[in-house]
Amino acid sequence: MADKAARKELIETVQASLGEKIAEVDRDVIDPFVRVEAKDWPEVALFLRDRCGLDYLACLTSIDRGADGLEAVYGIERMDAERLQITVKILVSKDEPNIPSVEDVWRTADWHEREAWDLMGIVFTGHHNLVRILCAEDWEGHPLRKDYKSPDYYHGIRNNVV
Amino acid sequence: MSSEPASTTTDFAHSGDLRTEEMLLNMGPQHPATHGVLRVMVRTDGEMVIDCEPHVGYLHRCFEKHCESVSWLQSVLYTDRLDYLTAMGNNWGYCMAVERLFGGEIEVPERAEYLRVICQELNRVASHLLAIGTYGMDIGAITPFLYCFREREKILYIFETISGQRLNYNYIRPGGVAYDFTDDMVTMIGEFCEYFRPKMAEYNDLLSSNQIFKGRTANVGVLPIETAISYGCTGPVIRGSGVPRDLRKDQPYGVYDRFDFDVVVGSGEAGTLGDCFDRYICRVREMEQSIGIVEQALADLPGGEFRSPKIKQKIRPPKGEAYTRIENSRGEVGFYLVSDGKDVAYRNKCRSPSFHNIHVLPEISRGHMVADLIAIIGSMDIVLGEVDR
Amino acid sequence: MGDFFTLVDWAVEDAGFWGRLIGVVAVWAVPITVWVSVVGLFSIWLERKVSAHIQCRLGPMEVGPHGALQTLADGIKLLAKEDIIPQGADRFLFALAPILSFVGSFVVFAVVPFGPHLIIADLNLGIYFLAAIGSIEAIGVIAAGWASNNKWSVFGAVRAATQVVSYEIPLSLSLVTIACLAGTLSTIGIVESQAGWIWNWFLFRNPFMVISFLIFYIASLAECKRAPFDLPEAESELVSGFHTEYSGMRFAIFFLAEYAAMYVVSAMGAVLFLGGWYTGIEPLDSWLTTSPVLGNVVGALAIITKAFFLVFVQMWLRWTLPRIRLDQMMYLCFKVLVPVGMVVFMAAAFWQGVFGAPDLGGLGSKFGLAWFVVVVVGTTLWVKKTIRRTKGYASANFLEHQARLGHDVGVS
Repeated sequence: MADKAARKELIETVQASLGEKIAEVDRDVIDPFVRVEAKDWPEVALFLRDRCGLDYLACLTSIDRGADGLEAVYGIERMDAERLQITVKILVSKDEPNIPSVEDVWRTADWHEREAWDLMGIVFTGHHNLVRILCAEDWEGHPLRKDYKSPDYYHGIRNNVV
Repeated sequence: MSSEPASTTTDFAHSGDLRTEEMLLNMGPQHPATHGVLRVMVRTDGEMVIDCEPHVGYLHRCFEKHCESVSWLQSVLYTDRLDYLTAMGNNWGYCMAVERLFGGEIEVPERAEYLRVICQELNRVASHLLAIGTYGMDIGAITPFLYCFREREKILYIFETISGQRLNYNYIRPGGVAYDFTDDMVTMIGEFCEYFRPKMAEYNDLLSSNQIFKGRTANVGVLPIETAISYGCTGPVIRGSGVPRDLRKDQPYGVYDRFDFDVVVGSGEAGTLGDCFDRYICRVREMEQSIGIVEQALADLPGGEFRSPKIKQKIRPPKGEAYTRIENSRGEVGFYLVSDGKDVAYRNKCRSPSFHNIHVLPEISRGHMVADLIAIIGSMDIVLGEVDR
Repeated sequence: MGDFFTLVDWAVEDAGFWGRLIGVVAVWAVPITVWVSVVGLFSIWLERKVSAHIQCRLGPMEVGPHGALQTLADGIKLLAKEDIIPQGADRFLFALAPILSFVGSFVVFAVVPFGPHLIIADLNLGIYFLAAIGSIEAIGVIAAGWASNNKWSVFGAVRAATQVVSYEIPLSLSLVTIACLAGTLSTIGIVESQAGWIWNWFLFRNPFMVISFLIFYIASLAECKRAPFDLPEAESELVSGFHTEYSGMRFAIFFLAEYAAMYVVSAMGAVLFLGGWYTGIEPLDSWLTTSPVLGNVVGALAIITKAFFLVFVQMWLRWTLPRIRLDQMMYLCFKVLVPVGMVVFMAAAFWQGVFGAPDLGGLGSKFGLAWFVVVVVGTTLWVKKTIRRTKGYASANFLEHQARLGHDVGVS
């Protein structure tokens, strides 16, 4: 796919410019991605938006990687006819799942980060209103974690009917 | 009326002398104009909206959690229930992601690709018909809704004939489609296209060229291009702002590169570029394009298989992750799938267009009237099923 | 000749206060109440049928022939429903509001004639009474919205207040124009001055009266809170506006009041502009006046037909047009209708002064004839054009379409 070639090229550019900020690059998977450390993320994000022109955060996926921790996958695109895209992954530990918020870089991130907090429990530091978005406000736990146990009762409503 | 662009956007609320006590208005989750269970907290000054904040989640059905416990093929069923008005698009988006996970191992037969296009475009027409109809109803015109439903009913009947279902089709499956078309179905769809084309004039008569309708929608809820992109708006919402972004054209998936169609963008013909009218008119014109695509697809519908023989009862995509997105009727619907080689997904994340389109609501409704807020929500054409998932 | 009910007055003259009261109630109030109910029931049925046919549906078909008794059945259902007063509502106002609303549109019937002698009170202030009493309905609406203790209802009530008060002005302006032409405020007098051929009706009396009629009609739509002026109830915006919290019979009374008001303004439109009980054919009218009974019967039929035609147009508009916004409503009132109404009033008065004088040998009625021809020809051309334009639309029926193509694959 020509799309894939452009992606790899973009990854080269990013790696060449940001060298030490890029922790890992994987070109051989279906969606080539770059991995950055959480602390470097705001800088990388600004670079991607301002220098590479990737102005559109398409998707933020949160994944429970088991013992490795929690991962946030950002799919970022340029909103033009070419639709250049890049996938950025950030892995954080479960004990300290902090990722700097990028809601000021892409406004989309606002709700996406709230969703990732709600369902996966990743804390986005610096988010102006990090509250649950899909689950009820008083819900306990983060349902998409693999170690999540759904509660037997919610406000007296029985769950887990067998 | 339309010659008074500034009348609604005047910042009465902050002009000082006209300021009155603020009122907190709770719109929804049960409200006729919120298109489902959207709840909007509105701070108003009389009829002026000072600020509003959408609250979503009332229709959360744990789609992503469910998909981690049912098989890859069973998940198709759940995707139907995301955007229940364009279930074909969701099916397709998910199936494309699964096919991508297989990495070229599954070849979708050409006929299946055509059938997918036909179904998706018909579904787009059905969805836009509903959007236009309910939009008219939001503005206060009830009759166009019935007219739109009259046509939509035909499409639903066609889908019922094809897939056995009227809304949640479960028709597009990984590796092809569920059932083949018979010749009768092809004829029926062809007849529908022929029947539908002249109907467009009726909607334009009832709504698009109605002065009151224009007065209500022009210059209301203007969405600037930068805001639209930053908020991740897609589909008719961003095209209404004059950005010709359509995945069918930009990155043709399936066989979309074989069809001749235009990407409809708003032009600010009734007022400002990116207002409610532009979003509305985009949908109207997109229906025409979609019918054109269906006609072309019917004309060169190839024979052959309609699903890949490699798809069995249980599929196990190899380890890996894939993100695909397609152009659904409300914008880009994307699926991020993570497979660990088992017969259930490790993670299934859905990026739904309405989720982003409704996010921008507070940005564009400040300073308008409560009645305009309704018009703006309507012009976003959200489906809460996919906002809350 | 005096009006029909003078007879009653005479009959109960010596009956004392209570006797008179009973007589008045029996002869005036009861028939009018029945008539209002019949009008209400019929209008509601008509609305459902009109809307249904506009929307390619059938509407009520089950109860009675073509669903004629559907409204009655609904009324019985509403009567049987639980009477709910929401918590926190002002109970007294909440109960009073529908009655106020109903009284408003009910009392106005006093000055609406049904025939040359069929009028409850031929007040010499007839149309003034109409404008004054007609607004009572708005008070009921405001009370309802306020008493409901619901923000949406308050929105509806405030919108209703704004709207009704504003549109009183253009409405009164066109009433004043009529009064100026007729030289009287009495509804009987106004109709009588439209005697003769159809171009003697005030609608055709001079070139400006068509505009005046349009102003009257638009204003009356707003007064009745009918689309495109249904902002106070705006079901997609305010849920149902002022009657959101009402259920059962209280809701039905609001409904009845609304439809009665629709009939009243339409009947007044017929009286003021469309020649009231006159058929518009001079020899027929002159012959009818010789027989009081026949004259009244035909007159009543004429006025009711005209009124229901206007009611039909109201419904037609409601099911065709979107709703306008609050600021557009005010814009239309104060920047369009009021100035135009003023100009029309002055122009009509001027015209009347110049050409309406009796010593001009009927010059005025010649102009009336000319305008009648212009209006009729213009309307015909417009309708023809519309028909020609919409002819290209495919048939509404998919089966017909298929039959034309010679296919039948069973899509219904």
